[in-house]
This record gives sequence, C-alpha cells and structure tokens, in this order.
Amino acid sequence: MIQLSGITRIFHMGDQAIHALDHIDLTIDSGEYISIMGPSGSGKSTLLNVIGLLDRPDSGHYLLDDKDVTALSETEQAQVRREKIGFVFQSFHLIPRLTAAENIEVPLILTGMSPAERKARIAETLQAFNLSDRAHHRPAELSGGQRQRVAIARATILHPTALLADEPTGNLDHRIGSEVMVLLEALNQAGTTLIVVTHDRELGLRARRRIAMRDGRIETDER
Amino acid sequence: MKFQDLLRFSLKTLTSHPARSFLIVLAMALGVAAVIMLTALGDGARRYVVNEFSSIGTNLVIVMPGRAETAGSFPGAVMGQTPRDLTLDDAHWVGRLPQVSRYAPLNVGVAELSAAGKLREVTLMGTTADIFPIRHMKLALGKFLSSSSESSAQIVLGAKIAQEFFPDGNALGQRVRLSDRRFLVTGVMAVQGESMGYNSDELVIIPIQHAQTLLNTTSLFRLLVEIRYHDEIDSAREAIRQTLIQRHDGEDDVTVIAHDAVLATFERILRALTLGVAGIAIISLAVAGILVMNVMLVSVSQRTAEIGLLKAIGAPAAIIRYIFLAEAIWLSLAGALGGFILGQAGSWALRLAYPQLPAWPPLWANFAGIAVALLAGILAGLLPAVRAAKLDPVNALGKR
Ligand SMILES: Nc1ncnc2c1ncn2[C@@H]1O[C@H](COP(=O)(O)OP(=O)(O)O)[C@@H](O)[C@H]1O
Ligand SMILES: [Mg+2]
Repeated sequence: MIQLSGITRIFHMGDQAIHALDHIDLTIDSGEYISIMGPSGSGKSTLLNVIGLLDRPDSGHYLLDDKDVTALSETEQAQVRREKIGFVFQSFHLIPRLTAAENIEVPLILTGMSPAERKARIAETLQAFNLSDRAHHRPAELSGGQRQRVAIARATILHPTALLADEPTGNLDHRIGSEVMVLLEALNQAGTTLIVVTHDRELGLRARRRIAMRDGRIETDER
Repeated sequence: MKFQDLLRFSLKTLTSHPARSFLIVLAMALGVAAVIMLTALGDGARRYVVNEFSSIGTNLVIVMPGRAETAGSFPGAVMGQTPRDLTLDDAHWVGRLPQVSRYAPLNVGVAELSAAGKLREVTLMGTTADIFPIRHMKLALGKFLSSSSESSAQIVLGAKIAQEFFPDGNALGQRVRLSDRRFLVTGVMAVQGESMGYNSDELVIIPIQHAQTLLNTTSLFRLLVEIRYHDEIDSAREAIRQTLIQRHDGEDDVTVIAHDAVLATFERILRALTLGVAGIAIISLAVAGILVMNVMLVSVSQRTAEIGLLKAIGAPAAIIRYIFLAEAIWLSLAGALGGFILGQAGSWALRLAYPQLPAWPPLWANFAGIAVALLAGILAGLLPAVRAAKLDPVNALGKR
C-alpha cells in the first residue's frame, strides 16, 4: 500500500545540509502495525510527515495505493490526506475555541457532509471513544488523555486507510499513554494501517513490525 | 466545504474572540463614520452657500463702481483709483436695456433710528420697490414706495426693529426719525433672518434719494440688475458694461459680475473643500485599514498552527483562503455597516446642532466609505491567509 524508494529529505541549516532522510526504501502493507523508534533527530518525524503528505521529499518516489503521490498538486494531495490518512500529534493540535464535538466535526465539514449526517456520525464517534459526556467541553477543560482521544477521533472519523501517530503518548503519563495505545491498536485490529513513532521502548515493542532509525536511515526492520 | 458551513465556521472564530473582533470592527466603523461625517460637513457648507446665493436669485447681475483687479475675483477685492460715480442716472439707463426686467439701485449705511422714546443704531438700505422681488424679500404689513410716490419719505422696518420699537404691533403709520429726518412707516418686513451677510430683520429701508442725501453721497454702492432670461446673462453683462462705458466718457470703470459666476466660483471652491475633507477622511479610513490589517496579520500569524492542522486533515489551500476571506468579510461588513449607521447618526446630530447647515452626506461618500472599508478589510484578512495557506503543512504546524 505504501512504497517508498530512495526517499531523501535534506534540511539546510546555514551552509550545513542535514540529511533528515537519506535514501529510505520502505514498503508497508495494508493493515500493518509498525513502530518507528530511534534517537532524537534520527528522522522519525520527517519520515512520518513524508508518508502523511505533510512534507515533500527532495528526491525519491512515494507510491500510495500504486499512485505516485509526490507528483500530485497541492489540492490533490489535500484530498489524499482527507480520504486516506489520519494524523495524531504529540501535542494534540486541537482547535482551542472549538468544543470536543466541534473539533471532531471539522474533517466532516471539510468533506461537505450534510449537518444531519454529521450529527449522527459525531454522536456515534463520541460514544465509541467514550467522550459523550465531554462533547461540549473545550480542549482547555479536558485532561491530556481526553484531548488525545478527541484528536484520534478526529483523525479516524473519516475511516482513513492509514493512521500515523507521532509520539502520541509523549505528553501523557504512562498509564494514560497505555490506554491511548490500546485505543490505537483496536483501530488497527479493525483494519486500519497503524504507524506509531515512539520513544518508549516498551510501547514500541508491542508493534508487530519494529523499525529502528539512525541518522536518516533505517537501521533495523524486525517483524 | 459547504457555503453555510464556511459562514458559520468563520463567524464562530470571530465570536470566540469578541474583544479582538470588536476592536477591528470599531476601528473600521470609526473610519467609515469619519468619511461620512466629514463629507456631510463639507457638502453641508457647500449647500449652505449655494442656498444663500440662490435666495437672491440666479438671474442677477451686480454692478459696482470701480474696476476689480482681476476678472472673476471676489467682489470685495475692488481696487483701482477713485472711480467715477455710479449714479442713479446710470441705473436708469441700464434699466432701459432690453435684457433687463428689473433693477434696484442700492446704498447702504448706518444711522440712528429714534421713535416712541427709543433710540438705536440701524443699518439702512436705500433702494427702490423692485428690491423686494429681486431679493425675494417679503413685507408682512403695508407696502413700500409705489412708483408714483418714489421720493416721499417712507420707511420700511425690519421685523425685529418693528418689534423693538412698536411691540404692540402698531408700527404702520407711525412717524420715526432716522438721523435728523422724519419718515413715515409704511411697511414692516416679514421675518426672514440672515441672508448674504445682512440680517434683514434688523434693517430699515428708505427710498434711494433719501438715503443718498442722508449718507451724503451721489454714487451707488451697488446696482442689482435682474435679467429676463438666464441665457441672456452674458450678453446683458456686456450691454451693461458698454452702456456705462459710454456714459462714463469711454472709461471702463465699473465691475459687472454675474451673480451666477460668483455662485459657480463658490461652488467650485466648496466642492474642492469637500473633496479635500473627503481625502483626509479616506486617509483616516486607510489608516484604520492598516490598523485592521495589523490586527488581522497578528491574528492570522498566531493561527498558523491551526492552518497547518487544517491542511493536515485535508483542507486544500483554497478552503483555507475562503475561511479567512469569510472572516475578513464578516468583520468588514460589520465595520462598514456600523460605520454607516454611526456616520448617518453623526450627520443627523450635526444637523440638529446646526440647523442652518444641511449636513447630509453625499451619496458618493457613503459608497466610498463602505467600499474602502470592505476593500481594506478584505485585503487585510486575505493577504496573510494566502501566505499561510502556501506553507507546507508541516512548516505551518511547527509555527506557533
Ligand atoms: N524544518 C526543519 N528545518 C531544519 N532542520 C530540520 C527541520 N525538521 C527537522 N530537521 C532536522 O532533521 C533531522 C531529523 O528531524 P526529525 O525527523 O524531527 O527527528 P526525530 O523525529 O527522529 O527526532 C534533525 O536533525 C532535525 O534537526
Ligand atoms: Mg520527532
């Protein structure tokens, strides 16, 4: 489903070129559960951003469902992100002025879904993520775990084929972090491809496939 | 994204930052209101002057002794050597010209009026009966100088003078003294207030011959000539000038101005004034626009992360631009509308405070104010959003 070949991403800091991704080749099948680990600065986030079409590689090819997505226009890439990819961030990135329900509603609004259908979808999703009683609270009134659940609900409400999570438990304590991981794994069991970047070895080892990165390269790839 | 959702989504952003939205709308509204009120003031002044001039008729030609230094300059600026007198005889000759329908010679001075044991200084005007139709003045009581009794010692009192001297309203038929001469009150003017610098309510009118004797002069102060048809004004002016040159031994020593021309000059000056004032107002509006632009720029920059997030969950750049455009339109509309209402209310207050001043904002100023506000507001909101929408999502997300 995801095929990366020769993906390179170079950042320039002054006159210094940083190879955040250095000729990455990687194939990911539909429904996989992958963890990406490695020291800070090894390129994990950059890899996830390229896969999620949040960042463009400087060279290499990226086939998503057999289609070269690096060649797509900005608008087409936006459509791919909307339909196929869900992103979960370490710092949640909820819109502070919107309630939990309204945050979850944003992707539905973007697709142009009718209000009645949206309402049903949101109620269903809030239920599934155990957020019904928090629906009308703003992010500031929610706990970290609740915020991340809202963020995951938002990322998955349109049933993406791939769910990308960049250190989703990084801002949570261990117990809440494990709960969030269980939630993500449940979504994976329901068929969503799950790729999780994590610092936490223990959490990383739960994945069926574990990728270790160093200096912009894939060091090990274990199944 | 559906249109209603776009409107609701953007409105929600604004209502959740009430203080910021209010300040933007206020800045804009004040700018628009300034344009409307300042132009109302300028145009009010123009209309005031035009009304004043129109009240003494537009088919009017004014003759005065002496040459004006430059043609078309203001009548006060009479220059030159001691001019030849402009006499009553001159006036009669001018009156015989075919283009002239009426004329009124004029002498003006100050004298002491005494009657019924009271005494005060008054402005006196010596003239003939035709002054009434020419200057659209009206008598409340009696009459003035039928042509048969041109030189009898009659006097017409201004409304206020009559009220002062004869509070019982029995002025008609009374004898009064002006300087050392006795006059018979034959008429009282209707209340008409200020016009062309005279308050005719505080004026007394006597026959021209008596005025000239009383003021010890043989030269007219002015000769007002009413022309039959408006399009004859130029030929009439020339005819008057030629007549007087001939009577003055070939000396071109009078100034003949069309009242119309004075009016036109005034209108031009005041229109320029209004435009100038409007310019200042539009600059103030532009300043308000820049203010709005700054606030918007800051607020959009603060929301770069949000833009990144919207892009990350699949909003194309176009939608992001629409969202911010919609916000800018909401703010600009509110500002323009608020400013319009404020400006109208302010103009109304001006008219209430100065009833003589018809301070109505001109139509174009309403439109210009609103259009500039909308344009400034929309540009202010859109430009930073266009820039932000261009960022790669990851770069936008990373910025706070
Ligand atoms: N926007 C950027 N500008 C410059 N350098 C960057 C940028 N993003 C990432 N990098 C650099 O690229 C390398 C990889 O970063 P990243 O993928 O965030 O690492 P990780 O997520 O594994 O900590 C690091 O050296 C980082 O400093
Ligand atoms: Mg990282």
